[in-house]
Amino acid sequence: MLKSPTTEEAIEKKQASSKKRSTFKLNANDKYFSLLFLGPSLLILGLFVFYPMIKTFYISMFLTNTLGKTSVFAGFSNYAELLTSPDFLNSLVVTLAYVLGVTFFTLAISLLLANLASKKLPGIGIFRTLYSVTMGVSVSVAAIFWLFIFNPSTGFFAIIANALKLTPINWLTDPSNAMWAVIITTVWMNLGFTFLILLGAIESVPQTLYEAASVEGASPRFQFFKITLPMISPTLFFVSTITIIDAFKSFGLIDLITKGGPTNATNMLVYRIYKDAFYSGNYAQASTEAIILTVIIAAFTLLQFKFLEKKVNY
Amino acid sequence: MAENNKSLPKRILTYVLLIALALVILAPFFIGIWTSFLPTMNIAKGDLFSTNLSFDNYVAAFTKTPILRYLANSFVISTLTMVAQLLFCSMSAYAFVFLKFKGRNILFGLFLVTMMLPFEAQIIPNFQTVKFLGMLDNYSVLIVPFLTSAFGTFMLRQSFKQTPAELKEASDIEGLNHFQFYWNVVLPYNKISMITLGAYSFLGAWNQYLWPMLTTFSNNSRVIQNGLRQLQSEETFNDWRMIQASAAIIVIPTIIVLFIGQHYFKSGLNEGAVK
Amino acid sequence: MSTILKNVTKQYDQDKKVLDNVSAEIQTGEFFVIVGPSGCGKSTLLRMIAGLTQISEGTIKIEDRVVNDLSPKDRNLTMVFQSYALFPFLSVWDNVAFGLKARKADKADIEKRVNDALKMVNLEELRDRKPRELSGGQRQRVALARAVASDAKICLMDEPLSNLDAQLRIKMRQEIYALQRKLGLTLIYVTHDQVEAMTMADHIMVLNDSKIQQVGTPEEIYQHPANEFVASFFGVPPINILPAQKVSEAILQVNSDFEVTLPHPIAHANVRVGIRPTDMKVVDSDELHANATIKAVEFLGNEKIVHAKMSHGGEVSVIVSSEEVFQPYQNVEITADSEFLLFDVDGKNITNKGAVTHA
Repeated sequence: MLKSPTTEEAIEKKQASSKKRSTFKLNANDKYFSLLFLGPSLLILGLFVFYPMIKTFYISMFLTNTLGKTSVFAGFSNYAELLTSPDFLNSLVVTLAYVLGVTFFTLAISLLLANLASKKLPGIGIFRTLYSVTMGVSVSVAAIFWLFIFNPSTGFFAIIANALKLTPINWLTDPSNAMWAVIITTVWMNLGFTFLILLGAIESVPQTLYEAASVEGASPRFQFFKITLPMISPTLFFVSTITIIDAFKSFGLIDLITKGGPTNATNMLVYRIYKDAFYSGNYAQASTEAIILTVIIAAFTLLQFKFLEKKVNY
Repeated sequence: MAENNKSLPKRILTYVLLIALALVILAPFFIGIWTSFLPTMNIAKGDLFSTNLSFDNYVAAFTKTPILRYLANSFVISTLTMVAQLLFCSMSAYAFVFLKFKGRNILFGLFLVTMMLPFEAQIIPNFQTVKFLGMLDNYSVLIVPFLTSAFGTFMLRQSFKQTPAELKEASDIEGLNHFQFYWNVVLPYNKISMITLGAYSFLGAWNQYLWPMLTTFSNNSRVIQNGLRQLQSEETFNDWRMIQASAAIIVIPTIIVLFIGQHYFKSGLNEGAVK
Repeated sequence: MSTILKNVTKQYDQDKKVLDNVSAEIQTGEFFVIVGPSGCGKSTLLRMIAGLTQISEGTIKIEDRVVNDLSPKDRNLTMVFQSYALFPFLSVWDNVAFGLKARKADKADIEKRVNDALKMVNLEELRDRKPRELSGGQRQRVALARAVASDAKICLMDEPLSNLDAQLRIKMRQEIYALQRKLGLTLIYVTHDQVEAMTMADHIMVLNDSKIQQVGTPEEIYQHPANEFVASFFGVPPINILPAQKVSEAILQVNSDFEVTLPHPIAHANVRVGIRPTDMKVVDSDELHANATIKAVEFLGNEKIVHAKMSHGGEVSVIVSSEEVFQPYQNVEITADSEFLLFDVDGKNITNKGAVTHA
């Protein structure tokens, strides 16, 4: 069972004394209101989250026909089969590579942007706005913009390469390049949001810490690594987990840019679930994959909760 | 970081870096929007610097494609999702903070567990559910599963906890019931968090891709994200500029809204991240 | 070998000067206190010495070197901040070692200096704690240790005691004073608290309204204040200031309520008189001879403060012995001896005592 984060405990402690004073007794009135206030949410979550989760797990234990009807109980054999299938393992590796690439570049570039944009210079507000602009870009728009850039014959990169008499890179037809194309597009989309959160964190570092450090003789680089980074490390951790979770769930960009290809080079987990279920009608396998995805996401979410707990303590 | 103790060359270097990065980030917009004004002929020849600009692609996007219908669909669905999430998330958050009832902690634990379960992993049974309920290819299929969210409840609960206990006590003395306290005190007091969740849920609904792709098939209910995909697969490559123009039509209003709302969004994000 | 401020000015907007033409010399090894009410520019001045704030005009010289354009790290000084500026993610030991590591000091040297500094402020036992696990006074000590560990000979302190409670403040005051003497530091100390200034300083600089009011030793400042502001800033309760007219060559009529004898002739017909609460007398009086009514009496133990309203307007505070009995609304007669200060109508001290008044 999940332990609720310490942040809340702290707040709880803070409010505990006053809460005791106030009207927090068990009474019939509260019971009635709690049903009214929680009812709708519970109904929706029950129907569209808990039921499908259990159902998915249930299906993953069976063999299914193409209509999704369960036939023979299979225990964990679906899992065993999947985890030894080179095709699925390839998907897993591809997904991991993608997640790693996206997370690393999103964080590194956002950190650079946030650090630059935190400087107190005239006109810096303009840059802050410009750097956060990709937050307003949806999957399909991003895909269309970048597809044009990557297009092998008439794309922007190809035109530049031709103009410079270079051989254009086959962005979308070469397996490892296709992976880079998807990573670049995802990172570009992520930048705005991550940048804003990191900027907020950097700005909330007390100015006197930098003043004290500069009086003590610390160079700007030393200050960045010994003050800024440790001070924002909780937020860094937080955005990393968000980025990781989002990357594991990527679907739209894959579907729009590579459709999992070429030769499964970008056939990531969610895309695979979609194709196994809705193209091949292999519901048992898709459900098994869905459960594996859930386990991965849950692990990272737990890590994130753990972070909330640590947060106040540094 | 200390106030303007930087030398001039260092400052210039910083500005050069700032501008260079801004150009790189904005390049896809510039390229996309610029080419959307060019005739397809020029692009095919690799000629990016034509002066032969026109709005033809935009006129085509508006007249030859159902893009306006897609936009309207997306807008209605996102707005309704946002309103519903604001209402239901704030109600359940209120229950978790201000109501005392049996099993409160267990229920809250369930909400937390929900946050760990990706919707992407539940699409198979959910698809069967909405099919069974006859909601396919209808606005309802894109709204009903997202009427509430565990994340929204969690976020508002964190925020509601900051409401001073004195306000609750004063309201008790004044004889406000739970509904009055919720509506007249808690919601206005947590306005910023509500705005943040509103923006978050609107954008979340707006950017939905997989679920609408599975559950809608006609232009009557197709949302913009899938609409663009639809255009891309239907149109021949000759009309690529028109799709580019469509993308520009979509992205410009969202960016304007974002700039206006940026202040709220940023403070809200950080509040959410820190508390 | 000293720190010299010459015509230092700070200006943010065209017409608003935060500091105006400040000049002073701070001797090496002395305890120099900059004091003034909030908003007088004292913190700005300190930050300019540190290099955290740019100087608009004038020069600052440290040990014969103009430092105007030097960055803080090149000025070789240390600073203790009001908020302590401790790094929350570092232990006490690492906080103290921060500056030495930043300057890439020798490992063994860091070890020795940090340990010595912690010993000096009695924090050896807490070396592995994080700042949040410390009390206010302990955090203050960590900040001090950081300054001590540095080999810089100039230490700046910006209201270091203002976040502590009254008792702790007295204790830390003594510790800081002892440390300064022991290490022979040049300590430049900013405070708004006149008691801190009086008790610790070798020299005090009084700032008000962006300008220097006076620089001097505590005795000079208290006994020969340059003007009304300085006179009323030092002393609790503050000096009583009342208007007065010359009625003859030797007699001043104070507030139309009582007369005092002038110690020396003055040119002005209208002046203002400053009398310390200890230099006034209160006696019970009938309605006919009374020139004041008591408003309140504060019992302090060995003495009492009588607050009274003068018949012709204005209020005074008088310190009397605690045996004397006074009641609110009692009619009294208030007088003074020859111990008082004279100010012209602009507030400038015109008392002639052959005293040196700095301006």
